[in-house]
Amino acid sequence: MKLLIKGGRVVDPASGRDEVGDVFVADGKISEKNEEADQTIDAKGLVVAPGLIDLSARLREPGYEYKATLESEMDAAVAGGVTSLACPPDTDPPLDEPGLVDMLRRRAKALARARVYPMGALTVKLAGERLTEMAELAEAGCVAFSQANAPIADTQVLWHAMQYAATFGFPVWLRAEDRWLAHGGVAHDGEVATRLGLPGIPAFAETIALGTLLQLVRATGTRVHFCRLSTATGVEMIRAAKKEGLPVSCDVGINHVHLSEMDLGYYDAHCRLEPPLRSQRDRDALAAGLADGTIDCAVSDHTPVDEDQKQMPFAEAEPGATGLELLLPLALKWGAERKLPLPKTLARVTCDPARILGVQSGRIDVGARADLVVFDPGQHWRVVPEALKSQGKNTPFLGYELAGRVRATIVAGSVVYEA
Amino acid sequence: MPRSFPHNPQLNANGELQHLLSIEGLPREILAQILDTAEPFAGVTEREVKKVPLLRGKSVFNLFFEASTRTRTTFEIAAKRLSADVINLNVAASSQSKGESLLDTVANLSAMQADVFVVRHGSSGAPYLIARHVKPHEHVINAGDGRHAHPTQGLLDLYTIRHYKKDFTRLTVAIVGDVLHSRVARSLIHGLTTLGVPEVRVIGPQTLLPAGVESLGVRVFHDMRAGLKDCDVVVMLRLQNERMNGALLPSAQEFFKHYGLTADKLALARPDAIVMHPGPMNRGVEIDSSVADGPHSVILPQVTFGIAVRMAVMSIVAGN
Repeated sequence: MKLLIKGGRVVDPASGRDEVGDVFVADGKISEKNEEADQTIDAKGLVVAPGLIDLSARLREPGYEYKATLESEMDAAVAGGVTSLACPPDTDPPLDEPGLVDMLRRRAKALARARVYPMGALTVKLAGERLTEMAELAEAGCVAFSQANAPIADTQVLWHAMQYAATFGFPVWLRAEDRWLAHGGVAHDGEVATRLGLPGIPAFAETIALGTLLQLVRATGTRVHFCRLSTATGVEMIRAAKKEGLPVSCDVGINHVHLSEMDLGYYDAHCRLEPPLRSQRDRDALAAGLADGTIDCAVSDHTPVDEDQKQMPFAEAEPGATGLELLLPLALKWGAERKLPLPKTLARVTCDPARILGVQSGRIDVGARADLVVFDPGQHWRVVPEALKSQGKNTPFLGYELAGRVRATIVAGSVVYEA
Repeated sequence: MPRSFPHNPQLNANGELQHLLSIEGLPREILAQILDTAEPFAGVTEREVKKVPLLRGKSVFNLFFEASTRTRTTFEIAAKRLSADVINLNVAASSQSKGESLLDTVANLSAMQADVFVVRHGSSGAPYLIARHVKPHEHVINAGDGRHAHPTQGLLDLYTIRHYKKDFTRLTVAIVGDVLHSRVARSLIHGLTTLGVPEVRVIGPQTLLPAGVESLGVRVFHDMRAGLKDCDVVVMLRLQNERMNGALLPSAQEFFKHYGLTADKLALARPDAIVMHPGPMNRGVEIDSSVADGPHSVILPQVTFGIAVRMAVMSIVAGN
């Protein structure tokens, strides 16, 4: 199978390349252009970039098939130009046994769409008590270990889990949240929650946990990736930790770069997210931190929720938003608002997450994996349920008009999506 | 991202009251309209025949997802005095426990031809969700949602203050106790600031005041004696039993010592100060019996005014 993508604006964030040209693909890899192609995509006026790499996308299998299925969400991934994704272990049962991981990988592979990288549970059932068989899980294909949205409350267990992971050199991906301080809260503990009478989660629920985790990184040398930063102080702490030379990285949910507590309006359950949308100052610090590289990458934190679970009073609604199909347009929107060059914008959803995931994707270079996206940066589309392939239609951006529509997605040299 | 704030869901296209969900966001004119409408109703309740025919043929559904005897009863009396048919549903004990969703419950009742839903729910914002899904001729009145709002209580408090003090623009009002969990406090604060009260104070320990409460336009006091000084109106809040011994407060005794209203603390307020309480009271926890039953107390008149105010609210929304 030989594929020619002709005359597009080729953007390779890793090298900074940004020029009109052709991309030739043979045997699943980017190749020198020298042969007859079996298939040609006319990319005139379109951008050709590495496929997006999303470090947090819930596929809801196993266990939550009524919310979404692997098929629907893999369709959503490639429709959004996402060619690799890491899925958190908070399935039902959680990904704490090699058999489950193996089954998920096989099912995903059989669908032949995006590449799926399962995260293993750091503790059994994500209960924060007993360690999982991390080495076994790694053999089954887990690339890192995580607690998803269930932070470990017992710091001794946390310490041991980090020590054990460090023993094997496994990275640990954690969301910094003090379980007790966040307990019962559903919104940022600030003016809006006070007005709306919603139980709050203070900003220091994140920074206190972050302080603890950074100390444990110093003590254990574990490579830690911090998931879904939400506060300005958190960004500051990561900046200092990186300066100090600690082996840490972090990401932010793309919704949090754009939205704040103000967007809750009159209890919009689509804005019920984990972590909560915080103040405008926090939002601005996240957007700036992503631009200056303190925050390594943006993720969709894709969480399809069925409509019934959102048609509830705010505090009872299930948290989360669909996101695989919104990651690209929302990243472009962020880049445009900050007046960033396109390669820099795309770096945060391609080569930067590839580096954290430790995979050979996210770049356009001879010999690299041919995981690509072809998109029209100027095409506007309205976010309506019918426009989304994901089974989850829940997003704070419902009804919005966004720029950036995927026209073709290529994984391992095969066209897996075309519009 | 700048995002236009959604249309105030309580008002119809003409800016009239379609639902009563919260005092926040209601213009001064509408608050005044409700208080003015309540005046003659206060007279009705003292007549021999206590009925007016304003809501004849209309159905008022009291939809209580959280148990309450007092508020439900006052709504029931108000609706009956307006000649409406009243249906009381204790939903907490029926459909919800069978797993029916909130919106399904409302849709079913709507099919039974409701005109007004009076809703109490334990979750902040629930009446907003219902208001978004009812038919255009149906009206929702919030009878208390979570910690968020209890607008008819706030309005009856405003009515009581106006009755005794006439002019809002010269008053100092103190709200004392568990503001954090209080929908009564939030509603009253919005009402007082909208009607031009120059100084609204909240008094309580840090554990019972919500984050950034100053942003509601109040002055914060932790020392009750300092906070009561020269007040015209003192509003005591109910302290729920489950908050008394735990991480928020060590004991009811210590709370009473520092934040309970006693005659000697009340002496720091103005000589003609009035004392209010939304009920039910915990005597000896937030208020001393001698004050609750004393000459400054207007706690029982509040209850009487509450019926008139609820009649006013129902007649206004049903007429719009």
